[in-house]
Amino acid sequence: MALKRIIPCLLYDGSGLVKTVKFKNPSYIGDPINAIKIYNDKEVDELILIDINASRQKRKPNFDKIADMASEAFMPFAYGGGVKTFDDFARLYKIGVEKVIVNSLIQEDPDVIKKVVAHYGAQAIVGCIDFKKPLFGAKAPYSYIGHKIKLSLVEYAHYLANELGIGELMLYSVDNDGTWEGYDVEITGQILNSVDVPVIACGGCGNLNDLKKVLYETNANAAAIGSMAVYSKKGMGVLINFPDRKSVIIED
Amino acid sequence: MIVIVDYGIGNLASVLNMFKKIGVKDVLISSDQETILKADKLLLPGVGAFDAGMNNLEESGLIPVLNKKVLEEKKPILGICLGMQLLTKRSEEGMKPGLGWIDGETLKFNLDPQLKLKVPHMGWNYIKVLKENPLIDTTSKNRFYFVHSYFVKCFDEKQSLATSNFGADFTCMVNKDNIYGAQFHPEKSLKFGMKVLENFSKL
Repeated sequence: MALKRIIPCLLYDGSGLVKTVKFKNPSYIGDPINAIKIYNDKEVDELILIDINASRQKRKPNFDKIADMASEAFMPFAYGGGVKTFDDFARLYKIGVEKVIVNSLIQEDPDVIKKVVAHYGAQAIVGCIDFKKPLFGAKAPYSYIGHKIKLSLVEYAHYLANELGIGELMLYSVDNDGTWEGYDVEITGQILNSVDVPVIACGGCGNLNDLKKVLYETNANAAAIGSMAVYSKKGMGVLINFPDRKSVIIED
Repeated sequence: MIVIVDYGIGNLASVLNMFKKIGVKDVLISSDQETILKADKLLLPGVGAFDAGMNNLEESGLIPVLNKKVLEEKKPILGICLGMQLLTKRSEEGMKPGLGWIDGETLKFNLDPQLKLKVPHMGWNYIKVLKENPLIDTTSKNRFYFVHSYFVKCFDEKQSLATSNFGADFTCMVNKDNIYGAQFHPEKSLKFGMKVLENFSKL
């Protein structure tokens, strides 16, 4: 069967790479093209790039820059941020993006997502579910631009996979983002038990044990790493790196 | 000259990017019959549905051109993903006949539900190379990137060049004379895929 994947999740602010803590305080990391070249050498399984400002600033994806990045990515390349129209999707696939990640578009225009699934296939879209613990009540889907999501996490995951036909989900814990304290293994496991599509866990990874735990205790298909892929250690300087796959991934 | 056949389907930029990275300069993307007729080698990429692929090939008038290049002139061709499936006689995914150059058919994964495997088969997997060939070493322990819900079954087992495993072993590379196919995406498989494309460019 397919091997588990470890995926650097790079955040882009429109000009350079940044890293956040709990979705706040972006710190500058460096130039994305250089980072991607290093990730090729590190033989990473896949790359995710998210433009964290595009939807907030109501601007289009930076297609030219994304094309430059895609042309250096000799592994599957996923992009998210500011993708709103069918034409945006078409342009991204044409310039070499394998998967487009959707988030706020799920609230804004679910029909365009269905249309893209019908045309390009379920595997070409990743649905990103940001979630956090609200002041009161259970952890719930969270919209960083203030959309209201009334469904529970499990209901929302179900809606994405079964109603919209999205082929893969990315579960991003806002509370764990940038903390190095580990994934939200519990929520990841709950969602995995309730949907049939592959799931990428994201947010909080701090060491190899965190990776092993989320990949093998919950059976997640993939785990994204943020801080660990761009810093040498917690609180230390920028270093584009990638854990030794062999020390995490169990190969048959 | 290598021509990446553009029939309006699939991610052509990635294949071109990887050839550039390897240093193969004489390569271009084209849907033009005259250009394709001049090619020394052909690459048939493809993502999407079987019938959509065959329809697009038909509508672009490329099938006679491809038949001439591949069957008469014996120019090397590499089909990737859907491009490999189109080499077979037919597919469970559609009604259209395929190119029929490979003696086989394309079937949907029909897995034991108890295995709890999620279709599409998406991600990295190892392959087992079954016989000596110029594209990939038989001792290869390399991994490749796959995304597919259908797989090729060869009627003539000699045409199965390599297998991978998803619930059961399936053919992931085919070969008959000058005709090659890869179910995985060499253009997205790091240096492992680069080697396959480099070897193809040297045929």
